[in-house]
Amino acid sequence: MYYLGIESTAHTFGASVVDEVGKIYSNAQDVYKSVAGSGIHPREAAEHHSEVAASVLREALRDAHVSAKELSGIAVALGPGLGPCLRVGATVARSLSSYLAIPLIPVNHAIGHIEIGILTTGAIDPLVVLVSGGHTAIAAFSGGRWRIFGETEDITIGNLFDMFAREINLPSPAGQQIEKLTQNASKFIPLPYVVKGNDVSYSGLLTASLAKLRSGERLEDVCYSMQEVSCSMLAEAVERSLAYTGKKEILLTGGVAANKSLKDKLEKVAAIHTAVCHTVTSPYTGDNGAQIAWTGVLSQRAGVIAQVEDSQVRPRWRLEDVDIPWRRG
Amino acid sequence: MLTFRGVEAKLPTLIYTGAEAEIYIQEWFGEIVIRKQRVPKSYRAPMLDSNIRHMRTSHEATMLREVRKLGVAVPTVQHIDQESTSLIMDFINGRTLKEELHLISKSERRTRCRALGEILAAMHLGGVVHGDVTLSNVISQNGKLFLIDFGLGNFSKEVEARGVDLLLLNRSMRSTHYMYHAELFRSFVEGYRHVFGRKSREVFEKMGEVERRGRYFERG
Repeated sequence: MYYLGIESTAHTFGASVVDEVGKIYSNAQDVYKSVAGSGIHPREAAEHHSEVAASVLREALRDAHVSAKELSGIAVALGPGLGPCLRVGATVARSLSSYLAIPLIPVNHAIGHIEIGILTTGAIDPLVVLVSGGHTAIAAFSGGRWRIFGETEDITIGNLFDMFAREINLPSPAGQQIEKLTQNASKFIPLPYVVKGNDVSYSGLLTASLAKLRSGERLEDVCYSMQEVSCSMLAEAVERSLAYTGKKEILLTGGVAANKSLKDKLEKVAAIHTAVCHTVTSPYTGDNGAQIAWTGVLSQRAGVIAQVEDSQVRPRWRLEDVDIPWRRG
Repeated sequence: MLTFRGVEAKLPTLIYTGAEAEIYIQEWFGEIVIRKQRVPKSYRAPMLDSNIRHMRTSHEATMLREVRKLGVAVPTVQHIDQESTSLIMDFINGRTLKEELHLISKSERRTRCRALGEILAAMHLGGVVHGDVTLSNVISQNGKLFLIDFGLGNFSKEVEARGVDLLLLNRSMRSTHYMYHAELFRSFVEGYRHVFGRKSREVFEKMGEVERRGRYFERG
């Protein structure tokens, strides 16, 4: 049984074929690139998605050696994300589902990051650290849902890196560029470290980092200090949540999971609490079709199917509002 | 020797490893006390780590002293040891509200949460925010509630900081006591409003605003 997953929540249009036991046969994608110095323009990203949709879908089927007729279901990320982008994926998925007369499976994008992480790392009952452009959240499963234990109170860690990079015209992906610059840092510059309970706040850190740069500090030193402070803050919030929940596994997932400093810090946090840190690796860190396809498989197995008429996009669909009937605990 | 949770404990004994500190029960000049030691964190750059530990240790002592003046029950600080970034404090022999709420009756739960609302409102009116309000940071000694762990506390009369306190507590209730979270928070709100007065509405509105803001950030 083959399932197709479609991802289009932000800058990535992705499609992937997986089977009912989680074997991933293909993971095709095309990423909208914004010009250096500017962020995602939702409408332009959506136009990009419309243009590449057909070829990405073809590639996903071709790589998997599966024909559209062999598909048993179409999973689509209906949110959270940018409205115009989401609508492209939803439209494609609806048409395919009615044309092929197979079920349409609604998937929450954030849950997708969690499930692909669990599938690819073998985590069982982790404290999830979801870090990306759209999320900075710490969650654990309990009573049929993922419960939020900590999160950002303003911008996400992905935003912090992106907005900093944009101000100084670094090309994307910003996180990698910043991480590269930190290698040539020579000193640590104190910057605002704001942890509130299990929450973090990054807006002050962004402002202060840019101010340091303008006051003449070296770019490499500012990048290092900003990364060190932002990742340490999150590591502390994770440690607090770990102590509070008593979980013995951490799952680091989402685009910023590719950041080595963050991974290194969370591994140290895990070691302190005799826990294990699982980190999602490329190509499943950034947004991808496989996370949607696999979550679709799990959802359909538990009876979660959408009728075309109630498959409208949900730009602000919170991860803790999603019932997870396929998971126990 | 001391009986703690039904067990004879040898002193000093490590009773809790928290996120930032280790908590010991020990003897200190013939008295049973708590030692809260902030331990170095390998995941932070050494300079950043040492700054944070020293600042929070002295800051927590200051906060505890000031909060006590507002009539809020907190452990008394007896000694600050900056060498080991430790605080020596009174030992409160009770259980956390996180544990206790699972064990008591509905009406008792209501009484506890209402009392907690009154305490937080008094503290807020006095110009202090806690910064880490969870059910683990409230100790109940036969129903008398003590607030602990003021390392992230601050002097603030800002609606936002107050709203964050309520948000943290609400989330703590929702994450570990979701079976009757609404009932717990409702009682808390009653107590808070009773002491804080009509302006408490602003604080609850701000709480909702902060929560929505962090949820899903639209990339612009």
